[in-house]
Amino acid sequence: MKTRFDVNGREVEVAVEPRLTLADCLRHHLRLTGTHVGCEHGVCGACTVLVDGEAVRSCLMLAVQAEGSKVVTVEGLSNDQGLTPLQASFRKHGALQCGFCTPGMITTAHALLSEEPDCDADRVREVLSGNLCRCTGYVSIVEAVLEARAAYKGSAR
Amino acid sequence: MKNTFIGAPMERREDLRFLRGRGEYVDDLKVDGLLYAVILRSSVAHGRIASLDTSAALKCPGVHTVITAKDMPGGVPIIPMRLQPLPEFKPYEQPVLAHDKVRYVGEPVAVVLAESVALGEDALEAIGLEIEPLPAIPDHARAAQNRSLLFESTGTNCALVFHARKGDADAAFRDAPYRRRERLSTGRHYGLTMEPRGAMAQWNAETGRLIVSGAAKVPFFNRRILAKQIGLPETAIEMIENDVGGGYGARGEFYPEDFLIPFAARYVNRPVKWTEDRRENLMAMNHAREAAADIEIACTRDGTILALRGDIHNDMGAYMRTNGAVGARNVCQFLAGPYRVPHVKVDSHLWMTNKTPVGTYRGPGRFESNFFLERLIDMVAADLGIDRLEFRRRNLVTQAEQPYPIAHVQPTDAKDQYDSGEYAAAFEQCLREIGWHDKAKLCGRLVEGRYHGLGVSCFIEGGAAGPKETARLEINDDGTFSVYLGTTSVGQGVETIFAQIAADALEVPIDRIRHVHHGSTHYVSEGFGAYHSRSTVMGGSALLDATKNLNAAIRAAGAKRLRCDEAAIAIDGNKVSSDGRSFPLSELAGLTAEGTFHNHHHTYSYGTHAAHVAVDPRLGQIEIIDYVVVQDVGRAVNPLTLRGQVIGAVVQGLGGACLEHLQYDEEGQFLTGSLADYLLPTATDFPHLRCVITEDYPSPNNPLGAKGAGEGGIIGAGGALANAVAHALATFGAEPRVLPLTPSKVWELVGRKEA
Repeated sequence: MKTRFDVNGREVEVAVEPRLTLADCLRHHLRLTGTHVGCEHGVCGACTVLVDGEAVRSCLMLAVQAEGSKVVTVEGLSNDQGLTPLQASFRKHGALQCGFCTPGMITTAHALLSEEPDCDADRVREVLSGNLCRCTGYVSIVEAVLEARAAYKGSAR
Repeated sequence: MKNTFIGAPMERREDLRFLRGRGEYVDDLKVDGLLYAVILRSSVAHGRIASLDTSAALKCPGVHTVITAKDMPGGVPIIPMRLQPLPEFKPYEQPVLAHDKVRYVGEPVAVVLAESVALGEDALEAIGLEIEPLPAIPDHARAAQNRSLLFESTGTNCALVFHARKGDADAAFRDAPYRRRERLSTGRHYGLTMEPRGAMAQWNAETGRLIVSGAAKVPFFNRRILAKQIGLPETAIEMIENDVGGGYGARGEFYPEDFLIPFAARYVNRPVKWTEDRRENLMAMNHAREAAADIEIACTRDGTILALRGDIHNDMGAYMRTNGAVGARNVCQFLAGPYRVPHVKVDSHLWMTNKTPVGTYRGPGRFESNFFLERLIDMVAADLGIDRLEFRRRNLVTQAEQPYPIAHVQPTDAKDQYDSGEYAAAFEQCLREIGWHDKAKLCGRLVEGRYHGLGVSCFIEGGAAGPKETARLEINDDGTFSVYLGTTSVGQGVETIFAQIAADALEVPIDRIRHVHHGSTHYVSEGFGAYHSRSTVMGGSALLDATKNLNAAIRAAGAKRLRCDEAAIAIDGNKVSSDGRSFPLSELAGLTAEGTFHNHHHTYSYGTHAAHVAVDPRLGQIEIIDYVVVQDVGRAVNPLTLRGQVIGAVVQGLGGACLEHLQYDEEGQFLTGSLADYLLPTATDFPHLRCVITEDYPSPNNPLGAKGAGEGGIIGAGGALANAVAHALATFGAEPRVLPLTPSKVWELVGRKEA
């Protein structure tokens, strides 16, 4: 069946099977491969995207459920050149190694900081506890998100 | 050689693509005409295949073909061992498809090729597989009864016993004034990578060339195996390393799928891709760690260790995989850790069980042995009335004793010695960092409902496995340089680290190192890869040799061009000059030189973990209040990435100490098939972790002076955590002997039972 939604500011129409997940639709139909699939059962958070501003596990959502929504992936949170302040902070703190969980960390952290730019370390940890990272041990990720708060202040909804 | 970039905490080059979703992992690849492979796996732990009927599956929509053992008329290939390939292990090696017996839940039986993954998975349901069950062996104790055999032809479930020997342990025990014997065990873990495994194979029937994407860790070795199995010359196969989402020892070894996917592509003459799902990954990727020790220590009354002896039983799972014996060897070879132990007699038994086969996982055998010995030391120190810190000080190896010989292991003939280091220096620094002296009064005390405890463990980490590594440098057309490596990236920052080493070796600004290419088989003549904390040391030393060779080649070319002696040539920035005449380096574009580094001497970084915990006796919950690792690495190429290695490894280790266990039932049924069952640490679990890197004792065994350092953070975690819990719960006489220390285990330690 056909479904239409907005991805990273672009209107798309895709013909998909009803059982196709949003994650697979983004990756394999729309070739937005920045969204990663790490478990397909909603635990690891690597596939997190923003759907109408909310952080959502795209492996637990069907593509047809995105009908009419605004979907933002890690590609949509990135500039053509250089890094955003959040990404630059990740790099500075060594908050990634293999990079596989990173898109989910970026989308989750972006959603958090957009809503709560004053969040403290405990809140960052609480929110990121839904995203698994096997490389870093999370310490550097939390440091990176805390430092990136400054860039979100004043822009909170 | 300059020292501008080596030692600097440089931000990583690879991050620019990873952070923007522009990495390229194997499942991101897509080509025209692609078929998708899904794998039928045994749901029975032990049994005989009575029938396998694929006819209904072949009629399912979108199914192209179903491959079984019958499609391999030359016989089903067997995967050879990469490390310790002893003849004794031959009967236990794994066929790429089960055809007579199945021996673990998850063993591949058939491969469906379909137009999509979903259609392929639909067809799996239509395959008729009947298995006559045999009694399953769920643990090493049942294996030892030999009542049911995994491999009837060998007559035993014991694949081998490693013997670690040093001095005369029996004599030392006979005369020892004090001894203590303990049984301790560790859980079954695995090097879970966030990116599941995958492969894409493209066969060109016209040119006879095979391209396999998704290679990792040891692509050159795997190409050798594949070439032999599939009947092609090595030169006809290209292994491509894409971005790799984590390694930890498990990813990149040769698994059944590493034959099945290329075979399938050639069989149907179409490109084939396979992407493992998480449930498969949990039951297909190498397991590790599950070991039970029955060990004894002999000491003098003043706390000098005299000898270690005993038996360690390793649950190997159903087959001997490529590096399956490493953990079982290490667990006896390194039981003495960083301590002076003159006499050792430890046997390490390799028991075959009906579980997923084991391989290495970061700190193989070392995490286990560290837990065994460090727990034993705390118990012994208490027995003898000696302060546990003082006990360790008395027995840590000193620099004056280096190179210090360790136990000799047979039948692999593993003979080794530590390279350098004053182990007590890292120990004292760690105690100072955590503020042991001030915190000591808290030990065992109940504060607001929780018992506080301190624990310490000292570790040794082996690195830089030989025999060799290769690197190549090439001048680009703009006068910059490209680096090509025989070693591989599993996400540890290879592109940045090797740019640092190359820039210093070539004495150029780092932006003149344009690219660092790694992993794929067409970059250098022969590569080895990323294991045993070897990439930086071995690859970096090879890169220094390549620099020497490239500079020689530049001098030779310059001398010809400027008609002078090679000795008169100066290479200055981007100019080649002699006696006032010069030409730009870019005019030598394409000039290339390979370098190698041969080494049979391992590096040994070392250090100490210290943990401060608070244990809630009602909830069984352990909170880490503070945790410090001090590790001496000889020379740190990039302190930023190194800190990431150490802290990341600590959290993996604490996961193994508190949470992780791959559980089976009595029938060998796998019970932890999701990430909701196999628990990994999350961001809320271990917030308070610190590490201090020192460079006091460079390795004498390589020109960089560096030591492999990716594993020390995991090795000491079980010992430090368990010792801290023991001291927190001293009131209850708690002595943790089993990891992981889950809440119910903590309850048992305080004398409560699960409701």
